[in-house]
Amino acid sequence: MKNRHQKLAIIVLALIVIAAVVALVLNALNSNIALYISPSDVKAGKYPNDKIFRIGGLVKENSVQRQADGVSVSFIVTDTNNEVKVLYKGILPDLFSEGKGVVAQGKIDSQKNFVAQEVLAKHDENYMPPEAAKALQDAHVEGVKAKYENQENNK
Amino acid sequence: MWIELAHFALISAMFIALFAGVISLVGAAKNKVAQMAIAKPSSILVCLLVSLSFAALINAFVNDDFSVLYVANHSNTLLPLIYKVSAVWGGHEGSLLLWILMLTWWSALVAVLSKKLPYEMLARILGVLNLVAFGFLLFILATSNPFLRILPAVFEGRDLNPLLQDPGLAIHPPLLYLGYVGFSVAYAFAVAALLSGKLDSAWARWSRPWTTAAWAFLTLGIMVGSWWSYYELGWGGWWFWDPVENASLMPWLVGTALMHSLAVTEKRGLFRHWTILLAISAFSLSLLGTFLVRSGVLTSVHAFATDPSRGLFILLFLVAVIGSSLILFAWRASKLQAQQSQNNPEKAISAFSIFSTESLLLVNNILLVVVCATVLLGTLYPLIVDVFNVGKISVGPPYFNAVFVPLMLPILLLVAIVNYSKWKQSSIMQNVLKNKLVIAYFVISLILAIIIPIVLNKQNSEQILLEKNNSILVEICLFAGIFLAINTIINTLIRIKQQASLFSVPMAFYGMQIAHFGLAIFVIGATIVSTYEIEKDIKLSAGESVTILDYTFKLNSIKIVEGANYSAAQGDFDLIQNNQVVNKLYPEKRNYFSSTMPMTEAAIDIGFWRDVYVSLAEPIDKDKPLDAWAMRIYYKPCVDWLWLGCLLMAVGGIISILDRRYRKGIVKQ
Repeated sequence: MKNRHQKLAIIVLALIVIAAVVALVLNALNSNIALYISPSDVKAGKYPNDKIFRIGGLVKENSVQRQADGVSVSFIVTDTNNEVKVLYKGILPDLFSEGKGVVAQGKIDSQKNFVAQEVLAKHDENYMPPEAAKALQDAHVEGVKAKYENQENNK
Repeated sequence: MWIELAHFALISAMFIALFAGVISLVGAAKNKVAQMAIAKPSSILVCLLVSLSFAALINAFVNDDFSVLYVANHSNTLLPLIYKVSAVWGGHEGSLLLWILMLTWWSALVAVLSKKLPYEMLARILGVLNLVAFGFLLFILATSNPFLRILPAVFEGRDLNPLLQDPGLAIHPPLLYLGYVGFSVAYAFAVAALLSGKLDSAWARWSRPWTTAAWAFLTLGIMVGSWWSYYELGWGGWWFWDPVENASLMPWLVGTALMHSLAVTEKRGLFRHWTILLAISAFSLSLLGTFLVRSGVLTSVHAFATDPSRGLFILLFLVAVIGSSLILFAWRASKLQAQQSQNNPEKAISAFSIFSTESLLLVNNILLVVVCATVLLGTLYPLIVDVFNVGKISVGPPYFNAVFVPLMLPILLLVAIVNYSKWKQSSIMQNVLKNKLVIAYFVISLILAIIIPIVLNKQNSEQILLEKNNSILVEICLFAGIFLAINTIINTLIRIKQQASLFSVPMAFYGMQIAHFGLAIFVIGATIVSTYEIEKDIKLSAGESVTILDYTFKLNSIKIVEGANYSAAQGDFDLIQNNQVVNKLYPEKRNYFSSTMPMTEAAIDIGFWRDVYVSLAEPIDKDKPLDAWAMRIYYKPCVDWLWLGCLLMAVGGIISILDRRYRKGIVKQ
């Protein structure tokens, strides 16, 4: 009898612990997932207002501007169809450069600029972040589609 | 010529591993001594062949043999010698060869050192290891052969990724791989136990040193990796919850659980199925780590040039290993149970008291496995979401911190009170609550944990701090760390006093206490540095200075310096404390000739209580590289405690392997 009580106690305890862990995990996941959103979707207004998200694409040529304090920068991220202006205060990763792929994490401010908390570094100069690659690919597909439809319409 | 020979040696090694693996396993099943006898010499032979081909690859690198594609892609005549050698594992193919080399070394060591093992068990273990080696040899030969030639040969190699031109590359991958691959030995022991149906405390005692050794190397490998990312790259962080870091942390967590569960299996004959499952999981997670790193399915700083066919192969291999082991487990596990109860009818197997050592270790195991599961979830979640095509997401460090810290905290307290528990008996409550010494240092730890944040907050009050130092979690973590540190010291002293001399205390006891003390140091360091570090991103020109706490960083000049295969802008800093120059700091921004990728070399003044850290970001005006620069300055209190803690953990592991009882043949019950 005593053994059974003991077992019951262990099972109840285990269930409580599991419930606590699941709650912890779900809560943490819910508040810490960053969705990836392409510049085209940002332009179309399809982004969360209250949550951090990521954008990816290419840094537009000649778009990097440095403010007087030396550590605030702005640049434009493009998926070749649409552009988003990104503001960032801090040190950019070594591999950040114009014409190269980039991923930034942050929020949109009231002027529709993307305020980045983080600009992601990569190890390898030949490496393209998958998010950036996907944005370019989608934009390319959209672009080709649009061109095709134009041709159809012109006929 | 050597390259062709090496290629041939690798192919031979593959076939030998396959045949020897199959024959020794079949021989063990049919109890044929002649067939089992093949296991030992073949393991050594495979090891020699793989070592030969590895040596040939090193030779090709040292002699700049750019007719070999892999050498041409990862080396350069200008590369310093040490980096030519470590460049051998600087790319995918070579690092896989290093992995296989480590695997065959482990099996050869098992073959040579396990004289006391029953013949049949040794044959099974080596058979399994040979089959694993076969899988990887097939992988490297089929998808990632480092011995391919290019004709005509090129004159100059493409050079090693500048990021990898660092002593870190020479030690981080070998240590990490020794750890990863070392779990294959624990795995082979588990499979051998399932095959033979024999799992007693002798088995546990044989497999413990191997598991602990693998775990110690994995700890060192992770430590060096963390340290490397801290000083290289100018990142300044020590853990990023990057998928690849997680890939090494998961086997570490499960390996830690396995070490402790093996202790129970040895001492009490309990947790046997659980131990087997952990051994299988630890190795599977090592393979999963390889898959994540090599396939490029996740966005990671470690994702170098990737190839889907390689990922597919490892995935298939992973499925084969996990699938076959679990089927074997389902089929044989019940048999394991029966045999054990027959052998030890006097032991009431599954009954033990709630507050005994067994219970503590069980809870520790469950927590570690749960933590590992949450890390796995966070790591694979983006992948799962991507596969189901519902968008692309990333799971950031806040998730891991939010889950990891609360789940690991109870473990720290368990580690402390295990010193007051006994096998079988529910004596913790009396031992802890009525012990005045425990209450005394409980109170001391509590006071310290409250005072330290107050002092540090006051010290930092003038600086702009990150808003994270208000959490009660800081005090709790500090308390847990300090309590554990005092606890391990006191209990070590008590134990020494009880024994006749320092040396009559078992090495395993010292090892355990040192490792647990290391854990405490790690926790204290991690808590302090992540709460009280100060980071400043600023613009400085020559002659200007910036002050953080009582340190002033004065930039004297920026000049151009030339290295062997790069040129760099170098800052010349005076680190000033109390109006005295205490150190000179020379951070660099390097441009390697063979690459367009600039490299940051941070300058760090290392100290026991704090590191100060300067790294150059970029010139404000690209055309005037000697003018003003954007730079990052860190003040990092107690950051070196992290690595000191890890080092102590690994040292503790190695010391406990030296325990006398692992060298004895017969169990003393």
